[in-house]
Amino acid sequence: MKRVVVVGAGIAGLRAAEALRSAGYDGRLTLVGAEEEEPYDRPPLSKEVLTGTRAPELAYLRDRAHFVQLDIDVLLGATAESLDLSRRSVTVDGSALPFDGLLIATGSAPRTLPAAERLEGVHVLRSLADARAVRAALEGSPRVVIVGAGFIGGEVAAAARGRGLEVTILEAQAAPLVRVLGEQMGAACAGLHRDHGVPVITGAAVAALEGDGRVERVRLADGSAIDADLVVVGIGVAPEVGWLAGSGLTLDDGVLCDAGLNAGAPGVFAAGDAVRWPNRLFGVTMRCEQWTNAVEQGRHAAANMLAGPDGAAPFAGSNYFWSDQYGIRIQFAGIPSSDSVQLVSGDLGEHRFLALYRGGERLVGALAMRAPRELTRAKLLIERGTAWHAALAELAGAEAPARVALP
Amino acid sequence: MPAHVKVDWDRCVGSGMCLSIAPSVFDLDDDGNMLLLHGDGLAADEVDPVRDAVACCPAEALELLEEQ
Repeated sequence: MKRVVVVGAGIAGLRAAEALRSAGYDGRLTLVGAEEEEPYDRPPLSKEVLTGTRAPELAYLRDRAHFVQLDIDVLLGATAESLDLSRRSVTVDGSALPFDGLLIATGSAPRTLPAAERLEGVHVLRSLADARAVRAALEGSPRVVIVGAGFIGGEVAAAARGRGLEVTILEAQAAPLVRVLGEQMGAACAGLHRDHGVPVITGAAVAALEGDGRVERVRLADGSAIDADLVVVGIGVAPEVGWLAGSGLTLDDGVLCDAGLNAGAPGVFAAGDAVRWPNRLFGVTMRCEQWTNAVEQGRHAAANMLAGPDGAAPFAGSNYFWSDQYGIRIQFAGIPSSDSVQLVSGDLGEHRFLALYRGGERLVGALAMRAPRELTRAKLLIERGTAWHAALAELAGAEAPARVALP
Repeated sequence: MPAHVKVDWDRCVGSGMCLSIAPSVFDLDDDGNMLLLHGDGLAADEVDPVRDAVACCPAEALELLEEQ
């Protein structure tokens, strides 16, 4: 292999490119990024960057010298337009970029409201530019309405509340985070907001965003309205795979890959939010929109690309993510589609607990608030495919080991 | 001189990856901040697990310092 192209300069693409080099690949390596920005990290954008404890510039991950040293050609502000599998080239801004190996890591883009007219004061939060804009808007002491009670919306709400602002969360579903956590635990997350003075209005369908040039209010389908100077829309993301249409790769809510993250053509792999793959850990074909998954898939896809078809290993991911809201760390690992959820330690109302998700006879998921050690232990049991009753016995009321803090 | 592990505390995201790989070296406190169980030098049989933890840390927050 002499030419590898990595399309997407987010965390999956970046870590894949670096993994290729550290595994000894010494051919030509090109990293294509759609944004003008140098590669940056997304988790802080909705957390410390908004609370004001971290400058936006600190989200940058690497500088130019790093890429020079690794001999990676970085094309920024460059749009991948199409893939030609027979010629084995990617068209980037009208020019063909030939490859022997291709890594698709184009990630995902925020969904927008059908009602979102081009009003000032209405934002999504995905890019560093978005984070700068929302942070600047928060400094003007606006009345804030969050559309979508997901983790991004929750983090923006918490950051705004931490600045003393009036915040309302609107959620179309009957409870927040139903798809991600299930109904019962979604309700626990709603309680976290309410206890911090942020109302969560569920079953709220947004009919229109109203205002004259700038947003002034959010109109709901039942006719009621909520005044707003800043609206942040966090209603999920969709995989960025439109550029692959007609390429011959299978697109089905992401690029359909095999267990080893191969996208269906020799030397063509994918990693990160854009991937749908059979995750053998849970026996389901899934897409994962999490930072840790993107890191792990990026490294894994790079290793499999170099290993060749006979050496490729399957990728199993435990879907770990975390969220920081009101100074409380929420962590989840696994999948929520399960037969029952059981609280094994702590108290939902105190926002300190570990809850386990059962799938058949196995432990398949765990949710924690302010219980990171318990979550880590549960995550390990999930990754080992531990039986439900064995996991319960190990995690219920388990004593923490002695430990010594560093000064 | 024994080997040391260095933690970039600003980078740690509490993924707990290191705890699962080298449980005698790493732990977390109740707020999700990582702790070193003993900071002053790794035992000989801890060096390889810590090397794996350094490689697996998604946040690139760990470094193994091995003095010759």
